[in-house]
Amino acid sequence: MTERTCPVRRSAPEAGVTRPAYSAMGDTARKRGKAMPLFRTLTLAATLIGAALAHSLPAAAQDRGPLRIEITEGVIEPLPYAVPDFVAETPAAQQYATDIARVVASDLTGTGLFREIPAGAHISRVTSFDAPIAYADWQAINAEALITGAVNVQGDRLVVKFRLFDVYSGQPLGEGLQFAATTGSWRRMAHKVADAAYSRITGEGGYFDSRVVFVAESGPKDQRAKRLAVMDYDGANVQYLTDSSTIVLAPRFSPAGDRILYTTFETGFPRIKLLNVASVQAQLLPETPGTMTFAPRFSPDGRQVVYSLEQGGNTDIWKMDLGSGQSVRLTNTPAIETAPSFSPDGSRIVFESDRSGTQQLYVMGANGGEPTRISFGQGRYGTPVWSPRGDLVAFTKQNAGRFHIGVMRTDGSEERLLTASFLDEGPTWAPNGRVLMFTRETAGAGGEPRLYSVDISGRNLKPVATAGAASDPAWSPLLP
Amino acid sequence: MKLHSSALLLIGALALAACNNPDRFGAGGPGGAGAGGAGYGQGGANDPNSPAYFAQTIGDRVLFQVDQSTITPEARMILTGQAQWLNSHPQYTAIIEGHADEQGTREYNLALGARRASAVQEFLISQGVAGGRLRTVSYGKERPLAVCSEESCYAQNRRAVTVISVGAGS
Repeated sequence: MTERTCPVRRSAPEAGVTRPAYSAMGDTARKRGKAMPLFRTLTLAATLIGAALAHSLPAAAQDRGPLRIEITEGVIEPLPYAVPDFVAETPAAQQYATDIARVVASDLTGTGLFREIPAGAHISRVTSFDAPIAYADWQAINAEALITGAVNVQGDRLVVKFRLFDVYSGQPLGEGLQFAATTGSWRRMAHKVADAAYSRITGEGGYFDSRVVFVAESGPKDQRAKRLAVMDYDGANVQYLTDSSTIVLAPRFSPAGDRILYTTFETGFPRIKLLNVASVQAQLLPETPGTMTFAPRFSPDGRQVVYSLEQGGNTDIWKMDLGSGQSVRLTNTPAIETAPSFSPDGSRIVFESDRSGTQQLYVMGANGGEPTRISFGQGRYGTPVWSPRGDLVAFTKQNAGRFHIGVMRTDGSEERLLTASFLDEGPTWAPNGRVLMFTRETAGAGGEPRLYSVDISGRNLKPVATAGAASDPAWSPLLP
Repeated sequence: MKLHSSALLLIGALALAACNNPDRFGAGGPGGAGAGGAGYGQGGANDPNSPAYFAQTIGDRVLFQVDQSTITPEARMILTGQAQWLNSHPQYTAIIEGHADEQGTREYNLALGARRASAVQEFLISQGVAGGRLRTVSYGKERPLAVCSEESCYAQNRRAVTVISVGAGS
């Protein structure tokens, strides 16, 4: 079920469209490569459709053109779009045709970058996937993008086709695509449609067809029961991976999404366990007796684990080769060194240490060596996570009795705090490096954690739908 | 992709049933309602040879300042008493549980709890308790004793608890 194996017509238009958008970023952004302040990223989102528009409108009209996303005082004008119910090509496809369109809309609108024009306002009806688009009807309701689709269900096999149109230029944006799978995977196919639409309009990778592993919590604060669970990024399809007989913490997906590392107290002491997602079989990683091991993360090639090992009260960072079970020590100080995270190229590790007296962020080579401190602001910094794009480090910051999720460049510059609350912690990156999910815990005896997401501009802060209390989210890669 | 709880996990659940006893995390408390030693099944708080006496009369826990693992003068007195009891009751071993308040990130608090447990262990060893009888574990901020989000609760949660168990040292 990949978009490359079954295109309606073969094309990869995104790459070509992205380039002119970059050239418009300006010198500062270009020098810094892909990483740029978010308002530029969002301008990029509008520029892509704007680039198509430029073919049919005089240059002078572009600045005031309807496709531009206006950014004023931190408020973004979301791009209006329409996604009518998909066309049911077989009787059994009727419900799916509606449901898939609704999930696509939920994905796109949920980003905060798009605004759906509801079906009640539509003038034109899409009754056939191949019928010509009545662009004037969609222009009349100010839809700038239009997504049409068709669903064919035979037995348990479901095929979804879709097309994306730039309404104002009156032409398709990219080629039509189709996805085929079983009916049980209908939500994934909807996410794939939304990912393709999002990617074409913004020029960035999608993140909707992804999963999140997290800790589902229940019970009173002093006897909290915890178990591992995995769900779609939007909270659907929850499945539990462990029971709640022991404390489990901080699961992390492997780069391929097929394995999960987590910390468990099942032996009575914190130990790292490696779980195979498909079989739900897990095994404890080897450890030195009398030590505690925790805070594991995979290397980008999935073959190594970087983690914390505590011995005699001192916590340092170690790296284990999963094939041999052999570990090497990467830090060796009396300070607490924990929360290591690889750079996406595998060459460096960002981690936290209190060697300066308080928790701060440091970067070292993948084999250890003298680290460079990168956090210098007020307060304490922990749980650094390297972004999948490689450009930013997300972190938890504690200052003046408040917790924040923030991002900074990998050299520590341009720190930006995205959230503030009684207790925010543990960010995880969406596969496209645009959105962070994290734990937000409320205060007091009845306080409990929930999952929230926010984009890297600090916009679109919102709770993630979970059945109950939840903590320690970790995003999977985009699914294949 | 169908997911099942594995048999291994269920086995783990049985093996750890004792860990779900809230007494493990200090619900009895020093000067508490007296239930603290009930789980040990022998003697009472008035029997100087009982683990309940250790937990309630001597005091099984010491408290720490914010983000610190230094043994305070008050803690020294309690730990001195713990060491004397352990030295005169060699049939017991102990696990020292380090805890942190909720004002910190999860991983750091695990490490901080380990520092606290280790500080207690070192003090007990300095008072003559054989190191082989003492293990440490950290629960970080996972098992608060007091659940409010104020310093009055945080102060109780920044603790190390010496949990007595029967059996020869490892």
